Amino acid sequence: MHGTRILEEADRLMTVCNSCRYCEGLCAVFPAMEMRRSFSDGDLNYLANLCHSCGACYTDCQFSPPHEFNVNVPKTLAIARADSYAAYAWPRAFAGAFARNGLVISLIAALSVAVFIFGFAAFNDRQVLFGIHTGPGAFYKLMPHNAMALLFGAAFLYAIAALVMGVRAFWRDIGEPIGMKTDAGSLLQAMRDAGELRYLDGGGVGCFNEDDRPTDRRKLYHHLTFYGFALCFASTCVATLYHYLFAREAPYAWWDLPVVLGTLGGIGLLIGPVGLLAERSKRDAALVDGARMGMDVAFIVMLFLTGLTGMALLLLRETAAMGPLLALHLGIVFSLFITMPYGKFVHGIYRFVALVRYARERRMMGHT
Amino acid sequence: MVDLTRKFDVLVIGGGNAALCAAISARQSGASVLVLEGAPKFYRGGNTRHTRNMRCAHDAATDILTGPYTEEEFWDDLLRLTGGQTDEELAKFMIRESKDILNWVVEQGVRWQPSLGGTLSLGRTNSFFLGGGRAMLNALYLTAEKLGVEIIYDAEVTDLKIEDGMFLSANLKQPINGAIEIRASALVAAAGGFEANIEWLKEYWGDAADNFLIRGTPYNRGSILKMLLEKGVQDVGDPTQCHAVAIDARAPKFDGGIITRHDSVVFGIVVNKHAQRFYDEGEDIWPKRYAIWGRLVAAQPDQIAYIIFDSSVVTSFMPTLFPPIGAPTLAELAGKLGLDPTALEKTVADFNAAVRPGTFDHTILDDCRTEGLTPAKTHWARKIDAPPYLAYPVRPGITFTYLGTRVNKQSRILMKDGKPSANMFAAGEIMAGNVLGKGYAAGIGMTIGSVFGRVAGREAARNAKN
Repeated sequence: MHGTRILEEADRLMTVCNSCRYCEGLCAVFPAMEMRRSFSDGDLNYLANLCHSCGACYTDCQFSPPHEFNVNVPKTLAIARADSYAAYAWPRAFAGAFARNGLVISLIAALSVAVFIFGFAAFNDRQVLFGIHTGPGAFYKLMPHNAMALLFGAAFLYAIAALVMGVRAFWRDIGEPIGMKTDAGSLLQAMRDAGELRYLDGGGVGCFNEDDRPTDRRKLYHHLTFYGFALCFASTCVATLYHYLFAREAPYAWWDLPVVLGTLGGIGLLIGPVGLLAERSKRDAALVDGARMGMDVAFIVMLFLTGLTGMALLLLRETAAMGPLLALHLGIVFSLFITMPYGKFVHGIYRFVALVRYARERRMMGHT
Repeated sequence: MVDLTRKFDVLVIGGGNAALCAAISARQSGASVLVLEGAPKFYRGGNTRHTRNMRCAHDAATDILTGPYTEEEFWDDLLRLTGGQTDEELAKFMIRESKDILNWVVEQGVRWQPSLGGTLSLGRTNSFFLGGGRAMLNALYLTAEKLGVEIIYDAEVTDLKIEDGMFLSANLKQPINGAIEIRASALVAAAGGFEANIEWLKEYWGDAADNFLIRGTPYNRGSILKMLLEKGVQDVGDPTQCHAVAIDARAPKFDGGIITRHDSVVFGIVVNKHAQRFYDEGEDIWPKRYAIWGRLVAAQPDQIAYIIFDSSVVTSFMPTLFPPIGAPTLAELAGKLGLDPTALEKTVADFNAAVRPGTFDHTILDDCRTEGLTPAKTHWARKIDAPPYLAYPVRPGITFTYLGTRVNKQSRILMKDGKPSANMFAAGEIMAGNVLGKGYAAGIGMTIGSVFGRVAGREAARNAKN
């Protein structure tokens, strides 16, 4: 017996799949399944988070609907996966944020933007808010650097703490009987697998999205989004180092490292999310967890808005629009940070942890 | 929408591996090609959708095959499993051609992978499809569509017009196109056997056929085979011969596919409804013997049998879709199975008493055997004495029938008078009986389909152009 009906269904499917095994070359889910003969809740949550939703096993399956065995692994694991995000959320009281995630994220984002705008207006007079500021420290005329660093540092640390607690719960749930430790080799393998999205690949032929042709471009758009986000994050880190180590204050010239990184990342965050949304809207309804569309869309839109407001700020930073745009950008980024543990962002974290576990299992089973 | 009033160069009837290989090779030879698949799109491809590998000869190990499998070894295997009931010239031709098929199907978009977990004994001889048979089929359909092959689903062919061994036209009945006569210069019949046609099976098997389960779709009714045989085509093969395995008695009547199969026979004993053993469960390595168990069970009263084993071997074979039926004692197990408890206890006790000590190794013909028992279990015999006792009920699961159309090396159909047909070809299960008089070894059906499909398509295209 399992905790939820969807885990019951996942168990049924894994029993079907384990007696077939035709899909074992497609991704990591099926080899991981073959290492087991029965499935605990934790095992199923592990497999659910290992699944990249490439859709190949559905298209290749002789038992997918309308067959009476009704085997739909991508959809079942997608629902179980989203359920698991809520189950591992910390603190428990916030698990409900996953229920109507699109609404929750939208409200928090709107509120955050509003607070920044009101804050900027309250602490600055009109001339400063709509003034033209250039040269080092221009942004900090609107909000002191230390206040900015403190606020965002705190939000970021909170997000990390909440994510660590979630990962802890997940690792515990799936960790037995492997134990709680991992090793450098498995970590490196998982970083490679996640970094190249090795399993968003249909076993080599490509992914499936709207029909039975492997024409999906989610992998490309995901790379643009993820590496765009990573570059923006790197830009922020470099700028913080500049500020504290070298006393060099933003804004920086267009050729300077934080701006180059941020611009490249921003371009990724503009193209990637738009592509992901387009693919999402085309996706065969049979493959998706329809109830969680809000969660997917909210996260993609937040990333897009981060890129959009950041790029707008870069382009218009020497005009009167800089003040309001800075408030908008900071509001979006702040809400992105504090909602990280309570939205689609966690998919990357749990999937990475599942990949670590998978790499570790394979090593222990003697695979290379 | 396809213009069905035109005359096609090549008409392919069927939609599985053989049909698609024929359609692709005919199209690549420059012919216009129409494929009529009787099943709806989801169920397209007949038994191909349930396959997982193909047996091809190769002289050296490859990325996915662990060692060479020479033409000679393939021929020896075929000779042994058919008991010599094969057309030597055709079979050797097929084996020779199979070498190139390994590459040819890859050119058509099919991808290979190493043998699946739990099938290590096939890793040298059989190439596995990445994603299974339906993935293989999807790749062939994509290639055919890209090449411009026209494909119609739900396409029931109600009649064939054949005069003096020459195909003229086929009558099509289809939900969208209605009833229409299809003309073509050449025909490739690749529509499989008649295993889903219970009435036809009953002509040879009697009421026993009611207890058969059909492993593939209900669309494999053999209607094209029947039309051809009624219109002067020479038959080949014993109509009672087929590929039949023991599958779980709880499986659905149709299309249960691979997952209802049981590979646990060698780890236990098999008894009939009287709790009596009836065949050597350890005769040979399982992949060489699994396909005789359907016929063996079919010959038992009520076409039912039970694989009996104990808790010591449950992890020795692949996990099963249907869980084993278990009980702490043999008598209770017999009760759950509806068997006579005393009879089952005696059968197991006699078996256990006959087991000689040996070193168990299921990957070779080991020395664990019985002595003084009839029938003997000649390998992998170990006592059944570790409760709980477990059982799988099994019935005959028919994969495909061997009665077919006789062909030559061009895959060209021969007429009753022995003359080659002017423009009719056959490939796949509909002509498997030329090569398989009886018996089976994993992956040969797909070899027959791809080799003769490719040849039939090429020859049909050449025929149509002359």
